[in-house]
Amino acid sequence: MSDPVLKVENINVYYGSIHAIKGISFEVYEGEIVTLIGANGAGKSTTLNTISGLLHPATGSVSFLGESLSKIPPHKIVERGLAQVPEGRRVFAQMTVQENLEMGAFTQNDDISADLEKVYGLFPRLKERMTQTAGTLSGGEQQMLAMGRALMSRPKLLMLDEPSMGLAPILVEQIFEIIADLHRTGATILLVEQNAQMALSIASRGYVMETGKIVTTGTGQELLASEEVRKAYLGG
Amino acid sequence: MTFLNFFISGISLGSIYAIIALGYTMVYGIAKMLNFAHGDVIMVGAYVCFYAVARYELNPFLGVVIAMIVCTILGMIVERLAYKPLRQAPSLAVLITAIGMSYFLQNTALLLWSSNPKVFPSIVGRGAFKLFDGELSISHITALTIIACLVIMAVLTLFISKTKMGKAMRACSEDKGAAQLMGINVNATISMTFAIGSGLAAVAGALLCSAYPTLMPTTGSLPGIKAFTAAVFGGIGSIPGAFLGGLMLGVIEIFAKAYISSQLSDAVVFGVLIVVLLVKPAGLLGKMTQEKV
Repeated sequence: MSDPVLKVENINVYYGSIHAIKGISFEVYEGEIVTLIGANGAGKSTTLNTISGLLHPATGSVSFLGESLSKIPPHKIVERGLAQVPEGRRVFAQMTVQENLEMGAFTQNDDISADLEKVYGLFPRLKERMTQTAGTLSGGEQQMLAMGRALMSRPKLLMLDEPSMGLAPILVEQIFEIIADLHRTGATILLVEQNAQMALSIASRGYVMETGKIVTTGTGQELLASEEVRKAYLGG
Repeated sequence: MTFLNFFISGISLGSIYAIIALGYTMVYGIAKMLNFAHGDVIMVGAYVCFYAVARYELNPFLGVVIAMIVCTILGMIVERLAYKPLRQAPSLAVLITAIGMSYFLQNTALLLWSSNPKVFPSIVGRGAFKLFDGELSISHITALTIIACLVIMAVLTLFISKTKMGKAMRACSEDKGAAQLMGINVNATISMTFAIGSGLAAVAGALLCSAYPTLMPTTGSLPGIKAFTAAVFGGIGSIPGAFLGGLMLGVIEIFAKAYISSQLSDAVVFGVLIVVLLVKPAGLLGKMTQEKV
């Protein structure tokens, strides 16, 4: 197997005296959808924020495309091709849809019109609303905008933090179809979800997190079939 | 006609407040802090301009440019040394640091330039345009101040709404974490905001001292406080708000001096602020924001 795109090795992360991540390791290989599932407070978002450089591991290392990220500030990490769609979407509410997408392309210094076309192709709803401020969009549209915004940075790895949070079931399905589509076109994705059923059904591999540790791992299908996972996360 | 004369003086004074208020409001919008040393940067700008023009006999406009460069660098140094280490600190600590920085700048100026007032040479002379058979008189500095304020507002609005850097500043002011995830260097953006605000403070210093020629180490503090008031009045964090608040404050102050009492004018100004904040707590153009939990 070739080298992983992302390699997380035995990281420990603290919030003050709280030990939030207790020595977890995992990899993401090119072309995979890897999902981290687990309950609220398991440390999933903390893991993503550590990879993005917003938090720093006390010990352990994160490397991306063979390079250690430990000394690299967050804005430089984005430049290297690692984009995160944050939990709760966090679109710039007072800026227009188009401006939000332009911000996504902040690290690109060449012409971005082809990228805009691509994102508008993927999310026609956003094109209809390109001059509206992002705060006026519905939750589902904001999620699309947050994903489109991340794609504007031409990521080599796209990290999604709870894309289904707070959305109606029909929209959740739509969002997951788009994620599966992105995967089919070759995107490498790290997906963090509480909706384990949906996440595992599209994932190549999954890791189950519990209070800061990885407790089980396997392919999406294996985890869906696992008795333990079914009991804990899939409602029997 | 005297009414119109007063009104124009008010707009001119208000233009100076507006230019200073822009610095307060931009820094607040992005760094979420009140930079109480901003008024003293005005004073430094005025001294630099004074020495360039009166001592080294440079062209006054060149003097303003030099003052802008010095203040831009000063603003960035102050941010880097005093405020950046406190990025994660409680806002009260930052506020106290800003007040300390204000005293530091004033006392440094006292050491360097002494407490003797300097008579500031107007950057455009003391002439005036006479209109309506001399009934309406607009001094050159008054006209220049108003024009400068309009130009600054227009350029700044374009910068914020159209350029990549300006949009990045807006993104940072909304959500620094999300801005970082876009690849925006938040520290550089904050530094840039201080640079712009301080450069504008130098312009305000030269205009202020051209209109009111006494220059002392404490010259910047009262206009600084009033411009801060103007920024709050218009809605802190809002650029059009700083403009509107500045102009209104200038007009109210001049009218209060002319028609009520020159001793009471400041009391009237701050009284109006209190009333506005009682009715509209976020200021005239400010948006009520809810604290996120």
